[in-house]
Amino acid sequence: MERFTQLSVDIAKTWSKYSSMYLQGIANTLILALVATAIGCLIGFLCGALTTIPTSKHDSRVKRFFLGLIRVIVRIYVEVFRGTPMILQAVFIYYGLPYFTNNSVQFGNKWAVAILVVSINTGAYMAESVRGGIFSVDRGQTEGAMAIGMTHWQTMLHVVLPQALRNIMPQIGNNYIINVKDTSVMFIIGFADFFSMHKSIAGASYAYFPSATIEMAGYLCMTLLASFLLRFLEKKMDGKSDYELVQKDPLTQTAGTYSINKRDLVNPNKEEEGLRG
Amino acid sequence: MNEEILRIQHLSKNFGNHEVLKDIDFTVKKGDVTTIIGASGSGKSTLLRCINLLETPTTGNIYFHNQDVTARGVKAAEYRSRVGMVFQSFNLFDNMNVLENCMIGQEKVLKRSGAEAHQNALKYLSRVGMAEYVNARPRQLSGGQKQRVAIARALAMNPEILLFDEPTSALDPEMVGEVLDVMTDLAKEGMTMLVVTHEMAFAREVSSEIVFMHNGVICEQGTPDTLFEHPEKQETKDFLARFRRG
Repeated sequence: MERFTQLSVDIAKTWSKYSSMYLQGIANTLILALVATAIGCLIGFLCGALTTIPTSKHDSRVKRFFLGLIRVIVRIYVEVFRGTPMILQAVFIYYGLPYFTNNSVQFGNKWAVAILVVSINTGAYMAESVRGGIFSVDRGQTEGAMAIGMTHWQTMLHVVLPQALRNIMPQIGNNYIINVKDTSVMFIIGFADFFSMHKSIAGASYAYFPSATIEMAGYLCMTLLASFLLRFLEKKMDGKSDYELVQKDPLTQTAGTYSINKRDLVNPNKEEEGLRG
Repeated sequence: MNEEILRIQHLSKNFGNHEVLKDIDFTVKKGDVTTIIGASGSGKSTLLRCINLLETPTTGNIYFHNQDVTARGVKAAEYRSRVGMVFQSFNLFDNMNVLENCMIGQEKVLKRSGAEAHQNALKYLSRVGMAEYVNARPRQLSGGQKQRVAIARALAMNPEILLFDEPTSALDPEMVGEVLDVMTDLAKEGMTMLVVTHEMAFAREVSSEIVFMHNGVICEQGTPDTLFEHPEKQETKDFLARFRRG
């Protein structure tokens, strides 16, 4: 009990002294995770749309070659960035550029590197999620769109990807929450995220455990908030469960007079019931 | 003599080693209502899907206004925008409401203005008796209502011919009538239609021409009266006998 009282006191002390640093770290982490997840999603959707371009035997050799090439490139991208640790990717890109250009070109902006690394990493995971999302949309949706003359890109943009997006919202949420936590590896390039604040503060104050407790609680708050918001967003995307009938307009003619009369004889309210059912 | 809209020549389709369609030939003229009948697996739906290029024919040609649409360099999307299709499983866009379903093609494919697309969509939704439901989503509608919206969506593109792929096969029996009524009206108004169906009464009443398919070939073809009353081939007789009994 004594230890807990002591811990509370230490936490209060650390927080009151360094709260602005922690809050800055939280802000940086949230912005990085949000921006990188959004860009990662865009990369994922682009990869998904690119790899599903249909080929037919009427296409020219050049077109088929390029489509094949695109698939190979996307595949390599996914495998490389999904298959290596993000912390190493950060190091590789941050130190790789000066290495290759003999220090003449360097990344001046750590934000740019951090966003770049986390985005392409998320993109690699999202490419696979989107592929699954596209598969989850009934083939009939694509055929319906093609039958009214839509091109592949119109079909993807207006019909398939919006539905795929809804279906993979849980995975996007997953990726966002993983990003909130995993952006902590960006301390390796000196990015001032929430975790790097812990390193600086603990180094200055020797309050390792109190600071770690603050970090734990901080991360948990961020992810719980994200889960809550995602649920809310998913509900919003599903739309209303009911709809309003537009008042009968004078132009309306019932096309199926025969069947409607027949139905009226059986049960005059049947049509109304069927609609809401 | 009416203008010829569609001419199918020597069309074949293989899925692997399985020959689904063999050397199909027929023509559709403006105002024709051609009904394709036949047992399940006889290739009716595949034929319709080939005509809309949803399946690529293995060999053969499809001429639309005397232009071969199976040739290289023909834009399939442009051709499809002039040929309407109604599916067995409706295929309405689940992410849009009824009105948007009927507007999206007009706006994105035909590049009509929003106001024009809106007006046109309402016109055809009224015709199929669905104008009140513009705000509804497909999942909130019954099967018959969905199919009527799907017909309105196809009509809103002002196609030159409408293909129907078993439009009533996925419907509960009490909803078949409302869809067939809409189709009958369309036929009476002179719409060119190519219909795959198991509704023999409809085929007989509405069609100008019946095509009977058996094992991937056109077995017999003729006016409803000849085909239903005086079928020549044994296969046709057997097929029709099964319906008479049932």
